[in-house]
Amino acid sequence: MEEVDSLQQRSSTVQEPPATVAYRPIPPPAWKPRTDPGPLLPDAEPFRVLGTDAVASADPELLRRLYAELVRGRRYNAQATALTKQGRLAVYPSTTGQEACEVAAALALEERDWLFPSYRDTLAAVARGLDPVQALTLLRGDWHTGYDPREYRIAPLSTPLATQLPHAVGLAHAARLKGDDVVALAMVGDGGTSEGDFHEALNFAAVWQAPVVFLVQNNGFAISVPLAKQTAAPSLAHKAVGYGMPGRLVDGNDAAAVHQVLAEAVARARRGGGPTLVEAVTYRIDAHTNADDATRYRGDGEVETWRAHDPILILERELTERGLLDDEGKREAAEAAETMAAALRERMNADPVLDPMDLFAHVYAEQTAQLREQAAQLRAELDAESEA
Amino acid sequence: MTTKTAARAAKPATMAQALQRAMRDAMAEDPTVHIMGEDVGTLGGVFRVTDGLAKEFGEDRCTDTPLAEAGILGTAVGMAMYGLRPVVEMQFDAFAYPAFEQLISHVSRMRNRTRGALPMPLVVRVPYGGGIGGVEHHSDSSEAYYMATPGLHVVTPATVEDAYGLLRAAIASDDPVVFLEPKRLYWSKADWSPEAPTAVEPIGKAVVRRRGRSATLITYGPSLPVCLEAAEAARAEGWDLEVVDLRSLVPFDDETVCASVRRTGRAVVVHESTGFGGPGGEIAARVTERCFHHLEAPVLRVAGFDIPYPPPMLERHHLPGVDRVLDAVARLQWEAQS
Ligand SMILES: Cc1ncc(C[n+]2csc(CCOP(=O)(O)OP(=O)(O)O)c2C)c(N)n1
Repeated sequence: MEEVDSLQQRSSTVQEPPATVAYRPIPPPAWKPRTDPGPLLPDAEPFRVLGTDAVASADPELLRRLYAELVRGRRYNAQATALTKQGRLAVYPSTTGQEACEVAAALALEERDWLFPSYRDTLAAVARGLDPVQALTLLRGDWHTGYDPREYRIAPLSTPLATQLPHAVGLAHAARLKGDDVVALAMVGDGGTSEGDFHEALNFAAVWQAPVVFLVQNNGFAISVPLAKQTAAPSLAHKAVGYGMPGRLVDGNDAAAVHQVLAEAVARARRGGGPTLVEAVTYRIDAHTNADDATRYRGDGEVETWRAHDPILILERELTERGLLDDEGKREAAEAAETMAAALRERMNADPVLDPMDLFAHVYAEQTAQLREQAAQLRAELDAESEA
Repeated sequence: MTTKTAARAAKPATMAQALQRAMRDAMAEDPTVHIMGEDVGTLGGVFRVTDGLAKEFGEDRCTDTPLAEAGILGTAVGMAMYGLRPVVEMQFDAFAYPAFEQLISHVSRMRNRTRGALPMPLVVRVPYGGGIGGVEHHSDSSEAYYMATPGLHVVTPATVEDAYGLLRAAIASDDPVVFLEPKRLYWSKADWSPEAPTAVEPIGKAVVRRRGRSATLITYGPSLPVCLEAAEAARAEGWDLEVVDLRSLVPFDDETVCASVRRTGRAVVVHESTGFGGPGGEIAARVTERCFHHLEAPVLRVAGFDIPYPPPMLERHHLPGVDRVLDAVARLQWEAQS
């Protein structure tokens, strides 16, 4: 109150503007938007397939494949988290609850396409066919990228948020310049959409009409910060309109829906139709990583609501109801997942053997004189160590 | 000399023209070379360094990008991943800063983090340094930031011939090169024919620009002409100065530098960039570590003041000029008097 009073007092001492205004605004030259934003706008509700009429036209084979991959993915998340407890992994950002997005992203791509994962998307890389142990190299503390990105067409897992998005645009653009019908799919979290690189990537993609699909996994949180503190946009998919590309909003726990939306976007990009921004609404069931305490920023009730909308649960129900999955099928999927987990456990049981001299490899194509000197120093230290 | 070569004989050409021809020749030879940046197409760049390239090679090869430095460099990373060789222009030194994230987090370490699988054969061209009366944010010398990032080559030509030879080498390099173009030398001329064959200079080799016996001036880029002038002026005082042009800050040519200092026994490092935390500290330390017993005096530095780049009306007081270099040379008469 006091503050308001003093403000009023001050404003009363301000001089009145002159009665006549010399300047009259001239209207701007005729201008109208270049595109009707209507077709670019996302639907009001996240697109769904499971439990709707749309499911009738879904390919049963695809649904079954998605199911098996989800089950495997869930097991993979559990196994990787267990490996952190055994000290076999330095850290693991789980995608439990988000498997539908991870799996659909991988399956929406052709072999020649590229995937640009964020640090959370190891599962997408594994679902694309990357050896699970190689996919975990970064998180294990072994060398940063445990695979040849060109071999799998999977870019290195990117830790600085959103910085991999412009790479996807550049690669897709380069492919198109070369005449290859290659599409890049880039993944980012809801928090990552606030980064400048997100904006720059989307803008470049739209201006260049690059064959790129951006998949935002809106899992509710950036570590502890909820979406409401991240953006004031109606939805993250709405952001697409400002760039001149379509935004699609999809139920991120509905594997069939995510797959359909991504496959359509990929096909459109391949046809030369330009980029799409897809927001998949999902939820992170586990904490941010094994090192995070999620109880500090969210209640159990919220998690339980989302458990009822679990991607495996809703697909399993749909498949069972439609007679596409029986107990035998479920057991098969579970067994395949168990086999994968056992192999992963087994293979992660040994410490990786690293050569310290590798520190100086691959800094430059050719070692500089400075690095040769430093390598000689380390060599001598290692020799002395082994003698002692 | 045949009449044909006589017809092509050297006529004054500028550094900007030499850089432009380097890009043109590289683009003609290698279809994977792409130029990209703000205003590089129709306009030919604000310094006209890319003049005519869009017309000659098409807008897909010389592309006006949206105005976003991180986006320019970030998309260049993806292009390099797909086998292209992007040559990125940053409009001015201080406008490269938004792209530092990409440069440091990805460009510089992509080869390393992928164990050699994904090299980054791209060039980031940065017009840098002062002396052109530029307003704020148009005169920074940012080389120390680049030098501090392993995985980058940092190259800076000081002559018209080197502008051509080093840029060709930078574009051919399988590693990322930050190519610092001393903007006040863009219009410096040399008798260089834009048609005559010019050598591609290997990155990482310094050259002795002037032979001398009594002290070495170690310098690069915009400060080279200053040092050469100072060396001439110093003759009157009885100093016979050697001038080493580094040309490449990373990798650093310890050999050429130290060979010179061992001959002369004294050294002054000269650059525009700030002294504190600047390249001169690193260079002086390297020289001291390697040539201590040959030194008759401490290695001195003549640098810009440790201030944000000053306004144009005061920049001449900030930039190391001939007098400041000569003062330092005089201080090399080291008699433990201090
Ligand atoms: C540029 C940058 N800033 C900060 C961080 C630290 N950090 C790692 S994950 C994270 C939250 C990311 O949230 P979101 O984008 O929603 O992805 P999610 O973790 O939910 O998958 C933060 C702040 C980072 N990795 N990169």
